[in-house]
Amino acid sequence: MTTLPAKTDKKLGLVIDLDTCVGCHACVISCKGWNTENYGAPLSDQNAYGADNSGTFLNRVHSYEVQPPGDAAAQLIHFPKSCLHCEDAPCVTVCPTGASYKRVEDGIVLVNESNCIGCGLCAWACPYGARELDQAEGVMKKCTLCVDRIYNENLPEEDRQPACVRTCPAGARHFGDLGDENSDVSKLVAERGGMDLMPEQGTKPVNKYLPPRPKDEMPEFDVLAPFLEPVAEEPKGFLGWLDKTLEKL
Amino acid sequence: MHPAPSVIFFTTFSGLGFGLLFFLGLGFPGVTGWTAFAFFAIAYLMAVGGLMASTFHLGRPERAIKAFTQWRSSWLSREAWCAVGALVLMGLYGLGLVFFDARWTVLGLLGALFSMATVFTTSMIYTQLKTIPRWNMKLTPVKFLSLSLAGGALLAGQVSIALVLLVIAGLVQLYTWVEGDKALNASGTNMATATGLGNIGHVRAFEPPHTGTNYLLKEFVHVIGRKHSQKLRVIALGLMTIAPIILLALPFSHVLGVLAILSHIAGVLTARWLFFAEAEHVVGLYYGKR
Repeated sequence: MTTLPAKTDKKLGLVIDLDTCVGCHACVISCKGWNTENYGAPLSDQNAYGADNSGTFLNRVHSYEVQPPGDAAAQLIHFPKSCLHCEDAPCVTVCPTGASYKRVEDGIVLVNESNCIGCGLCAWACPYGARELDQAEGVMKKCTLCVDRIYNENLPEEDRQPACVRTCPAGARHFGDLGDENSDVSKLVAERGGMDLMPEQGTKPVNKYLPPRPKDEMPEFDVLAPFLEPVAEEPKGFLGWLDKTLEKL
Repeated sequence: MHPAPSVIFFTTFSGLGFGLLFFLGLGFPGVTGWTAFAFFAIAYLMAVGGLMASTFHLGRPERAIKAFTQWRSSWLSREAWCAVGALVLMGLYGLGLVFFDARWTVLGLLGALFSMATVFTTSMIYTQLKTIPRWNMKLTPVKFLSLSLAGGALLAGQVSIALVLLVIAGLVQLYTWVEGDKALNASGTNMATATGLGNIGHVRAFEPPHTGTNYLLKEFVHVIGRKHSQKLRVIALGLMTIAPIILLALPFSHVLGVLAILSHIAGVLTARWLFFAEAEHVVGLYYGKR
């Protein structure tokens, strides 16, 4: 079980658009909600109403400030992060009990919680911080790609996608088969130059991130502006005298 | 990495215990009867005590038996097998020595082999992790094995061998620190590759995803301990190798021998604390920390 399949039939995963994400954290909340009420142990909170509160989340949104070289304005980029369902998932092979596995049919990386001893080694092996040991249950929790939604025939068809994708008000999250080059998500990745996180770690993530689009340059306001008389930069008269006098003090 | 006491105790004492079992398996010292019993008791207390300590950091220790199933792929599972193999083989070997005054040489040699295999598999649990560049190098198993052998020789009372092995272990530890300090930069993983935003410009963590702390920050981003790392390295090396070497070089007495062992154990515990506290997990980069 803890060896990785040589090939999976599908590569289900997410495509996250960093250009569109507004950082509202709605995906974080819908993920916590769905995964607390459904598959596996609930996502617990510790000291939720105290000063030192913490809890288990499968999806978290960071925000980064990126300063381009030169005078260009800094960009603020919101950055949702969850399990990337890697093809060479290091979290799976380190597992001593076989609780962690990658599914052959769709490539989803899952934890069989009844076999998990909570040793934490899979979280150590994950470079992305996608796995969190639930402090109440003592087992490892991670994104299931809402395996209990995407195949769930009791749900209306439009709801058969991961909770984070379904809830995103900005349309920044996309779900599909990244192994099929004709799928919508694969086309989106090809069109927008989708990228891997930490490619040097050799994990071959299935989830892709769409980089922010280049920002527009501020256009010249008026073509005649350069020919207009410049505004006086040196103050004259009383203000000029005041300026000089204050300089001398 | 969070320096959890359970894991520090486990790696330190199981390393020492299996180091002693290695020398007992080879027949150094060639003891039998109640003297052999005393040596084996110390070795088993350390090895088994260490293994027991390791179960304290499990979220579900009652299922620990399942860790034997994945030996094909998991170093942790292989470690479990090697440890049980070494303890059973050396138990039978010890039985012969203590109660039948018989030395079953092949059993002893096999037990010695399994003892070192246990230490090696323990070290590979850490070495295999690409996410922690400081551990992800060939020096890590060399360090664990050399320390285990040095400690084992010391406990087995093999003074002349212990002197050589302590020098080797000390040098390996020193070299590991020098190489380890360069490891994160050399790994090529940084905030630019973590976020994929490096080709736009300089990336700075602006706002973390949560106002409080979480499992990831507690487990992987332990930055407090690094403040005194240089001082602690000097203390660790002094207690682990230099003090025992001086004590062993003095005219032999049992009191000095015991002092040398206690000093060595204190030094290894300090070095092992640093091994965890200094290790930078790349997930810290997402939080703008290392």
